[in-house]
Amino acid sequence: MKRQMLVVLTGALAMLLTACGGQTPQAATQPPAQPTTAAPATTQGPTAAPATAATAAPSAAAGGGQAQPATGGRIQTIISRGKLICGVNASALPGFASVDSTGTYKGFDIDYCKAIAAALFNDPSKVEYRPLSAADRFTALQTGEIDVLNRNSTFTLQRDGALGLEWMPTTFYDGQGMMVRKSSNIKTLEDLNGATICVQTGTTTELNLADNFRARGLKFTPLVFQTNDEVVAAYEADQCNGFTTDKSGLVSSQTLLKNPAEHQILDVTMSKEPLGPAVAQGDQQWGDAVRWIVFATFQAEEFGITSANLGEFTSSTVPDIQRFLGLGDNKLGAGVGLSNDFVQRVIKAVGNYEEIYNRNLGPSTPFNLPRGLNTLYTKGGLLYSPPFR
Amino acid sequence: MATEARQRTATPFYRDSRSIASILQVGFAIAVMVGLWLLYTNMMDGLRRANLLPSFAFLTQPAGFPIAESVIPYDPTMNYGQAFIVGVINTLRVAVTGIILATILGLFLGICRLSNNWLLRNAALVYVEIVRNVPLLLQLIFWFLLTKAFPRVQESINLGGLIYLHNRGLTMAWPEAHASFTEWTPWLWAGLLLGVAYYVARRIQFVRRDRPGIALPWALLLVAGTALAGFVATRLQTGDWPVVLNLPELQRFNFTGGLAVTASFAALLIGLVIYTAAFISEVVRSGIQAVNKGQREAARALGLTNGQTLRLVIFPQALRIIIPPLTSQYLNLAKNSSLAVAIAYPDLFYVGSTINNQTGQAVPVILMLMGSYLVLSLLTSLVMNWYNRRIQLVER
Repeated sequence: MKRQMLVVLTGALAMLLTACGGQTPQAATQPPAQPTTAAPATTQGPTAAPATAATAAPSAAAGGGQAQPATGGRIQTIISRGKLICGVNASALPGFASVDSTGTYKGFDIDYCKAIAAALFNDPSKVEYRPLSAADRFTALQTGEIDVLNRNSTFTLQRDGALGLEWMPTTFYDGQGMMVRKSSNIKTLEDLNGATICVQTGTTTELNLADNFRARGLKFTPLVFQTNDEVVAAYEADQCNGFTTDKSGLVSSQTLLKNPAEHQILDVTMSKEPLGPAVAQGDQQWGDAVRWIVFATFQAEEFGITSANLGEFTSSTVPDIQRFLGLGDNKLGAGVGLSNDFVQRVIKAVGNYEEIYNRNLGPSTPFNLPRGLNTLYTKGGLLYSPPFR
Repeated sequence: MATEARQRTATPFYRDSRSIASILQVGFAIAVMVGLWLLYTNMMDGLRRANLLPSFAFLTQPAGFPIAESVIPYDPTMNYGQAFIVGVINTLRVAVTGIILATILGLFLGICRLSNNWLLRNAALVYVEIVRNVPLLLQLIFWFLLTKAFPRVQESINLGGLIYLHNRGLTMAWPEAHASFTEWTPWLWAGLLLGVAYYVARRIQFVRRDRPGIALPWALLLVAGTALAGFVATRLQTGDWPVVLNLPELQRFNFTGGLAVTASFAALLIGLVIYTAAFISEVVRSGIQAVNKGQREAARALGLTNGQTLRLVIFPQALRIIIPPLTSQYLNLAKNSSLAVAIAYPDLFYVGSTINNQTGQAVPVILMLMGSYLVLSLLTSLVMNWYNRRIQLVER
């Protein structure tokens, strides 16, 4: 009896060992095969969805570094999954990302998730939102847990380089501000010497705060939390004298305070904060796709195409617009791994940049944020789309 | 197959239980190593693809982020390595203070659990059952939220001008050395020497007479007395107190002077001490109860008082049972301190996460974090095991 068991055990172990050993050569042979399956995918666009290309990528890792040009990988993964996984703010940041009383996500960042889903699936609802804190967001992107990060994240060299991420066109040009109580009689940063200041960890604002105060020879005590919710709660409880983050974030958070009128945002800008979507480095095609989806919202505003009047433009004879909307024989979308009418899909779902902005942050919202730098270059702003040709 | 094997005289290796055992062991070791190797190469390839190859080069780069509280001088121009050390020291600070306080509270509660006083016994029971059955993270957040209930700094609760309680923590008067401190130091040394000499002499005396006695309180009193005499003498000699109280003063936003204990540190310390003390009290109670009843009866029969019975008979024996599980509680406390991240106390884990977030060097940072906690825990175990061996020798 005991002997038999031992024999069975050794047999099982032998099987286990061969399975282990067998996996290595198998993995090693896969990389050469991968480019051949992936190459046609780039020309066929998202309709051809060889699920194997997506699943082959992780196992190919064991074989060595040849997996570098993983063309088409991410888009195929998303298509075969059937939904986009979009990293958004875990804290309520009304206007940018918040959950309303019916449990649906709303906001500027959310609309860009929808725009990408619309371009891929022609259905803006095919998004899974993954709420992330500032400290977790880049890890989620690096590990491939999310496809794209739309979480009011600042484009910096360090993040673009050392963190292995890739930034998309800036969707919101912002700057760091400081909120204080009106009753505190603080007018400038200098007035805050010796104060306690609330800030969120893992943000550029945490670093800018230290830099700005040091440059001015001011002392401060940081009170640092993981989420914006905690920061707002601590500021509300007067555990800190000032609360700093991007100005848009301050405007948004101010609406969360019990008595917003008691607070004011100082007229100082401590930094440049270009906020935009980000993807993981190493998948050029996916980066291109997201980049041109964002540009499409700018270009649509420039052309005056909105979700309301899109129908009038589909019969346009203007070559620029025909190319932009993928009408006739224009096949621009395929070049970035998207369908040729992806721009139409995006506009139909979320509209142009102006519509996205006004819906979430414009005059009809509690924030009424002036567009400032976030207008088209033709009106003195910074929004500029390269030509769709 | 079985019949074939039986016909042979020598057992084939695959039927020999000894060789099967070693084959199984070698096979298992190989399987584990292959598994680890696969995981490692997979990780390295993933990191290479993401352009995130691990490197410790970031340690010498400027950190740039501020840290709310630090025992050693720190500012954001210092490098990541120094920031990490600040985190290590902050963890040590809360762990060491926490261990001392939790031991005292736990010991007290454990003895209360065995008290003859109904109220005391049941109060301790209720405390233990509530505290150890609620997750620590919740308790920490509870204590931290409680700090918000305190008034603003400007309206601090003033306890005799020495301690101010407010929603950012507490600020208390703290002794500060003055210029004449150097004149006082010889007195301190003399006091210490006298105290130790008295203690040793008394202990020798006790052993000679083969009778128990109390030496430590008197020795401490001797030290304190000499120090106090020196304190006054220095004042008379130099016209300056060697140590004065540094009183907190309210500025526009915060207090300056005195010792500031942040709300985060206070909440973390209180949470850890209260939580761990509940477990320690159970360890102490079980240790005391495990000592044979006959020991107590014998001690009473010899005419020892209640206190002497506990101190000289019960406790030394209970200690042997208490120390190993107590060590585990100490380790738990030190490791649980990493929950500080939830309440904004910049401990080791918190600083590590920030460094990871800024540099993207997840693997080196996690290795450093694990290494630090491991060293911390192993050192604690080492000390406790040494102490355990020392008291085990008493056994006959």
